[in-house]
Amino acid sequence: MQEQLLKDSYSVCAGEYQTAGDASASIKRKLKQLGIDSTILRRIAVASYEAELNLIIHSQGGELMMEMTPVQIKLISKDVGPGIADVSQALKEGFSTASEEARDLGFGAGMGLPNMKRNADSFDIQSELGVGTTIEMGFQLK
Amino acid sequence: MNESRFHSVRLDKDKCVGCTNCLKRCPTEAIRVRGGRAHIIDERCIDCGECIRVCDHHAKYAQTDPLSDIERFKYRIALPAPSLYGQFKHLANRSLILDGLIKIGFNEVFEVAEGADIVTRAIRERMRNATPEHYPFISSACPAIVRLIRVRFPELISHIVDIRQPMEVAAMVARREFCKKNEVAPENVGCFFITPCAAKMTAIKNPLAQSKSELDGAISMIEIYGLLASNMKNFSLHTERATATAYGVGWANSGGEAMAVSPEHSMAVDGIENVIRVLEEIENNKLRDLVFFEGAACTGGCVGGPLTFENCYVAKSAVQALISGSDRVHPDEAVKASYLTKYNLQADRPITPNSIMRLDDDIVEAMRKMEEMESIVRSLPGYDCGSCGSPTCRTFAEDIVRGYCNKMDCIHILKDQLKIMAQKMVELAKTTRE
Repeated sequence: MQEQLLKDSYSVCAGEYQTAGDASASIKRKLKQLGIDSTILRRIAVASYEAELNLIIHSQGGELMMEMTPVQIKLISKDVGPGIADVSQALKEGFSTASEEARDLGFGAGMGLPNMKRNADSFDIQSELGVGTTIEMGFQLK
Repeated sequence: MNESRFHSVRLDKDKCVGCTNCLKRCPTEAIRVRGGRAHIIDERCIDCGECIRVCDHHAKYAQTDPLSDIERFKYRIALPAPSLYGQFKHLANRSLILDGLIKIGFNEVFEVAEGADIVTRAIRERMRNATPEHYPFISSACPAIVRLIRVRFPELISHIVDIRQPMEVAAMVARREFCKKNEVAPENVGCFFITPCAAKMTAIKNPLAQSKSELDGAISMIEIYGLLASNMKNFSLHTERATATAYGVGWANSGGEAMAVSPEHSMAVDGIENVIRVLEEIENNKLRDLVFFEGAACTGGCVGGPLTFENCYVAKSAVQALISGSDRVHPDEAVKASYLTKYNLQADRPITPNSIMRLDDDIVEAMRKMEEMESIVRSLPGYDCGSCGSPTCRTFAEDIVRGYCNKMDCIHILKDQLKIMAQKMVELAKTTRE
């Protein structure tokens, strides 16, 4: 029997602050309908919201994807640039390269990546300058 | 799950015309229009009363107890919600209202505002011993918001304050004091809440956080308004009956509870759609500094309840005027510490999530249904017109997957199908003629 797989994806535009939270809210709604345990759901909610915001604030546009099997949920954030110069520095709490505009809106606390990492069971980040960044987060359901 | 099915919010079938006004406004998507009239899905309804407010045909109403119901008891205590004070403009003294309640048939009155004082002190004690992972504490005062959280934000249930509601605490204290003073048996005393909303009525008949309510019933504010107003005219008769602090009275308005409980790092939000928006942010961990959250389903807070008489803004300023004219003694000082041990203020039952939004209890089956739902959504027009009887195209797809309706209930799809059929008939007619 083929393993059940559910896929969901949302394209997120750079700088579109008015859409902030739409993709993660939709993911959240679906996970609630799927009956995901509420503590896991809360962690996915936080991580997907941070990922979505990062795409809006830092990237040149990208995609937020969810892949689900009965045992695991994967959140994947994939953008088309600009890429992160120093990934280990970016993972430090309080480090941020957010623009003046983003900071004026209350973003740029330097907690985005650390929050994603903290809430996910597994966390992988690949980034190349001029190419883009891909983040993969895993959440165990069982 | 064995859920008691009592709901205060009801439908008058004869008045319902089957329009989409309530359908579109229900925050838990608990209404469907089928067979030309609305139906309320009991398991989803949180008794917020939005549908009562938006129905132009007055087909939605709140079931409360008639005033005559107090006659079941030899002794009757009235427990007016603080929002009752907002129903009368230029009120010099709360005792006028309290006196009026005696005149219309009660033996005693006890301000729920005083219950709010006791609850304020209890919550503050609780918060003193809390660590940041408890934050934010979420108020349990609005029963519709508590039910909303059960349905839409189950992961926030652990943040709900586990102290009984002011009306429950007030009833507990009032009954005990009355029995002691008059040497009567508790079962001969009826405690009746004077309610601004349907949600409180449901909370009494079908409590969530405790096994049984301390109250014997709820009487709608709007029902007694006229009678009460006409019994408030004789000023000379009034005796001083008001005992609550200005803070307790302030619970009538949005922000009043937050002001009493935690003036700093708190947030008060009114109007159920606004509350949903902020709960989403709490869920996303966006409000990290927040210690106390007060959410009221009604605009303006309890003064905006669907069973009130006065416009919520007028009522809000009337309450504000009453507060400004009173001494500012905080409940921490006004409420005796002994109350916290003498009475059981603790909620005695955990609030459980309501899993009605779940597509299926089995995750594999739920995933299959979700997939099917998504493919149906893609084939729908996305107008969210409500003509099918479901509030949005998404909910319609969900209803199909759950087996409650079928695709042809969508008038746009039906129209397309009819067009194709008509074309085929024309073609058929042409071929047979030849």
